[in-house]
Amino acid sequence: MLTIKNLHASVEEGAEILKGLDLEVKAGEVHAIMGPNGSGKSTLASVLAGKDGYEVTEGSVKFADTDLLELDAEDRAKEGMFLAFQYPVEIPGVSNVNFLRTAMNEIREYRKEDKLSAKDFLAKVKEASALVELDNKLASRAVNVGFSGGEKKRNEIFQMAMLEPKLAILDETDSGLDIDALRIVSEGVNKLRSKDNAIILITHYQRLLEYIQPDFVHVLNDGKIIKTGDKNLALELEEKGYDWINEEIAQ
Amino acid sequence: MEVVADNKVLAFVSDFKRPEDGSKVRQQALDALNGMDFPTTRVEEWKYTRVAKYVKRKYKQVQTTANVDQFKIADLDAHQLVFVNGFYDEKASTILEDDTVSIHKIDELDEGYYTDLMEDTEENVFSLINKGYQTGGVFIQIKKNKKANHPIHILHVLEGEEVMANARHFIHAEMGSQAEIVTSFASNNASNGFTNVVLEGHVETNASIRINKLQTEAKDVLNISNEMFIQDESSNFLINTVTTGGQLTRNGLNVIVEGENCHTEMNGAYLGTEKQHIDNHTIIDQLYSNCTSSESYKGVMDDKSVGVFNGKVIVRQDAQKIEAYQSNKNILLSKGASVNSKPELEIYADDVRCSHGSTIGELDEEAIYYLRSRGISKKSAQQLLIAAFIGDILDKIQNEAVRAHVDQLFLEDFGWRF
Repeated sequence: MLTIKNLHASVEEGAEILKGLDLEVKAGEVHAIMGPNGSGKSTLASVLAGKDGYEVTEGSVKFADTDLLELDAEDRAKEGMFLAFQYPVEIPGVSNVNFLRTAMNEIREYRKEDKLSAKDFLAKVKEASALVELDNKLASRAVNVGFSGGEKKRNEIFQMAMLEPKLAILDETDSGLDIDALRIVSEGVNKLRSKDNAIILITHYQRLLEYIQPDFVHVLNDGKIIKTGDKNLALELEEKGYDWINEEIAQ
Repeated sequence: MEVVADNKVLAFVSDFKRPEDGSKVRQQALDALNGMDFPTTRVEEWKYTRVAKYVKRKYKQVQTTANVDQFKIADLDAHQLVFVNGFYDEKASTILEDDTVSIHKIDELDEGYYTDLMEDTEENVFSLINKGYQTGGVFIQIKKNKKANHPIHILHVLEGEEVMANARHFIHAEMGSQAEIVTSFASNNASNGFTNVVLEGHVETNASIRINKLQTEAKDVLNISNEMFIQDESSNFLINTVTTGGQLTRNGLNVIVEGENCHTEMNGAYLGTEKQHIDNHTIIDQLYSNCTSSESYKGVMDDKSVGVFNGKVIVRQDAQKIEAYQSNKNILLSKGASVNSKPELEIYADDVRCSHGSTIGELDEEAIYYLRSRGISKKSAQQLLIAAFIGDILDKIQNEAVRAHVDQLFLEDFGWRF
């Protein structure tokens, strides 16, 4: 589904942050990318989602059958990519449902599908908000305005449930969540897992992986994946810290 | 006719017909014009708005007809009073059967009453030209303790080359009455025209007036509006001004609050493109205690357009417990667009609650990216944010027919859906 080869990227007119990253994600898989601060985790999420301000200097990213790097941010979403933001943006005056309706209509138009009827749309809103125990009222409020940290993250997963992406990238979705919110968000994500979609979890800590079990754990350091393992690798990292791997590689 | 060559104002009006109707108001205005000059940008009130190149033109006052169907507001069910180039077009107008209002020519307004009411109010060269050379207008009475059965729509159209429209209107809302007025300004087959309109009124005790004003003239029109309202005790005055048209628009809106327990509300939405210049100058003068006022203007400026906002609230010494709120917010969509915003509070009383604020910014790039990351195109994302920005101003237009008309206008002009 996603094939990243030798990806080099830098901030515009700035330092290189990704320095030859390779990753292969297949349908049905959950990948966790872990790494210390400044290793390039969020840059990877931004480059994949198409945020302005980054320059890809080398390498390729293939998503489904498209050259992902050629697509605008909105077209990546239309092709089935979804990014759950580490810091969801507040948008005063734009209601959650209004914005999602606009998004879903544009996506359906792009895919040459029929518009969703108002009835079906509302049914979906109800179902998706129940999934992350998001109050119905929040769905009709302005996007993220006045939401608590946990509500913002739940809103991200609510949107994921609405948009049904092929590939979801969750950028530090666990940060700032208390145990209850973490459980709700994780259960929501688990319910959205299927053999047809894939998930990339970007996280600093192992605790999210207790709730969402990954098939693969990758360690990102200095812009490259330096080690890949199964979920036990995350436990080992939690216990020994990141320096251990560097030492191991150095040997 | 004698022309004093070194007086620009007299040269400007030299070809205008000088009607001999015995009107004192007209004569006083004509007299006052002697020795007046057009404002330059050295005058504080006109610092950001340059009229020189427009007033060099020789405008004509031409009575004609125009196709006004396209400017009607569907389903408004209003008294419709049509003015083409400042002349009343009886054929195009519709006055409905209605015992709650009476509609007259402006010449039928009692000049003694008018002069007493407007005593000490300030005139400027444009309001004086209007009053000296007005070619028509309406005097509307909303009858005591009546709620007008229909809205009153005063529709202005410019038609022809370099025409000038001097329409003068007066609204008298008698005690306890209530009415809704729509004033609209459009142009049709016109080039380089000049709308110079005066709208004045008296909102008596317990009366209430709501005005929706729509300015959609072609982008070569000069529009100068002088609006002056006097509020008596416990009255309500509200005006929503929506401006998308005109090359240069200057709205001079003044409300003098001459009684306690009044509420005054001014809202404005202005959208500039190309090289449009849109200037809103407002004054709310609070003379008595226990009044509230709320003022909110929002602008979205694109291309090389210029916005000007100057809102002044004066709270006189004896006017205690005044609550005055004022805000002007702007979004610039291009590097070439600019806004000059100047909120002013002049407070002489000691027990008041006043706030004012002004912002000029751009659309939030982070918000646009967030929306795009959900599959919304950049254009739609911008539109959603613009709609969110000025939507609360448009929501002040309670009349559904007017609101639908405005929504349609935005869709046609900008491709924006609200």
